[in-house]
Amino acid sequence: MKGNMVLLEFLLFPGLLFTAVAGLLTSWVDRKVTALVQMRVGPPFLQPFHDIRKLLYKETCVPEGGAIGLFLLAPLLGLAGVTLASMILWRTLLNAEATFVGDLIVLVYLLVMPALGVMLGSFASRNPLASLGGSREVKLMIAYELPLVLAILVPVVHANSIRLGDLLTGQAPVTSLSGVLALLVCISCMQAKLTIVPFDMPEAETELTGGALIEYSGPPLAMFKLTRAMMLFTMPVLLVVLFFGGLVSGPGWWPALIGFLLWFVLVAITIVIRNTTPRVRIDQAVRFFWGPVSIVAALAVTLAWLGF
Amino acid sequence: MNGAINALTRSLNVFHLGGSACNNCDIEILDALTPRYDLERFGITLVGSIRHADVLLVSGIFNRKAAIRAQELLAQVPKPYLVLGIGGCPCTGLMFRDSYNWDRPPSDYMQIDAFVPGCPPKPEAIISAVVKVVEGLRSGALVPRCLQESGGMVEKAATEVADTA
Repeated sequence: MKGNMVLLEFLLFPGLLFTAVAGLLTSWVDRKVTALVQMRVGPPFLQPFHDIRKLLYKETCVPEGGAIGLFLLAPLLGLAGVTLASMILWRTLLNAEATFVGDLIVLVYLLVMPALGVMLGSFASRNPLASLGGSREVKLMIAYELPLVLAILVPVVHANSIRLGDLLTGQAPVTSLSGVLALLVCISCMQAKLTIVPFDMPEAETELTGGALIEYSGPPLAMFKLTRAMMLFTMPVLLVVLFFGGLVSGPGWWPALIGFLLWFVLVAITIVIRNTTPRVRIDQAVRFFWGPVSIVAALAVTLAWLGF
Repeated sequence: MNGAINALTRSLNVFHLGGSACNNCDIEILDALTPRYDLERFGITLVGSIRHADVLLVSGIFNRKAAIRAQELLAQVPKPYLVLGIGGCPCTGLMFRDSYNWDRPPSDYMQIDAFVPGCPPKPEAIISAVVKVVEGLRSGALVPRCLQESGGMVEKAATEVADTA
């Protein structure tokens, strides 16, 4: 009986269906705001849903000589990872007591899965441009994971616990200096984790013509697009849970409204950065994340440890 | 109406398959995709990979060797897809007709669904053609040629081109 409930939660709410719908709506917001920045009308409301529906009807092409099994399984890996991550997050938001010790560590690992899926898929497709995109994805991940994990340590130090529920009910880390620094680090890492401009070199449309996803078509491509949309929804939720904990938990609709507004502000920051910066080279990105961003993250952890 | 066709008409991903054109059609195609005309209103976006494409915009002519490559590319597009000939060249060859690299018009060996005449056609003409194609697909008057029975034509033409090259 309990197993059935978990399966239901995984497939419907707060798992796959809920996150997919919310993610596609978020990607519509992204495209619409981008259009408004460029002074055009932009796509119709249900456009992301139409895109996915069309891809589900299209033929699946498989590259000759590629690792077919891995090629077709890679998109599933990312989709499953982000679905589970979103499920853990939303279970915490709905009931702060329902989580287990160490769920934050599980979450960090699950959020690596989409990038891992892109890598495996691109290397399995036996396309030079795809493997170039895949290798850039690897380098980008090595670059941003270090500061991201350091920044996630800050709320953990503040709450003195590694359970998401405790982070949520304690005082919001963003009210301290170290929390603000860690939030800034997390916002820049989020941009890279979502592989959107200025850190979209794995897909670099102008040089790699789709890069890592170049050989994908039909339903597998739809899965990758869905995964990206779901990540666009889930990452800001994670940041809200980590840094605005005390503000968004509690009874009544007031914390929920504040949480939604904070989430929207984080999405808006992402979209504005995406629309106002050019793509950087991979070496510039690695230097950026291992240099200033890691130093700020280490500083934030030290400050948090000293109690600021 | 067929669900696949309905879904296709609501989200068209465009791929630009340029032959050896004089570049004017290419410029007009890019013009049509600029924010000024905002084709994303109709769900039309430009993609870089032919595997993501739903519509191929063919411009210019192909010489004998390029024609083989063009057909290889055409075989790699996931079905269902549409092919639009932009400008007069894919239909008749226009000014390339008497040049040394002239083989025959691309319409002889590619299954082109619709032609947009003009030398070059304005962005408005390209958009109008896309709207007409979408209306034709939705009303059932037009069936993508890649889904029609005469599929053998492309392969036959490819070997013919290879023989003469």
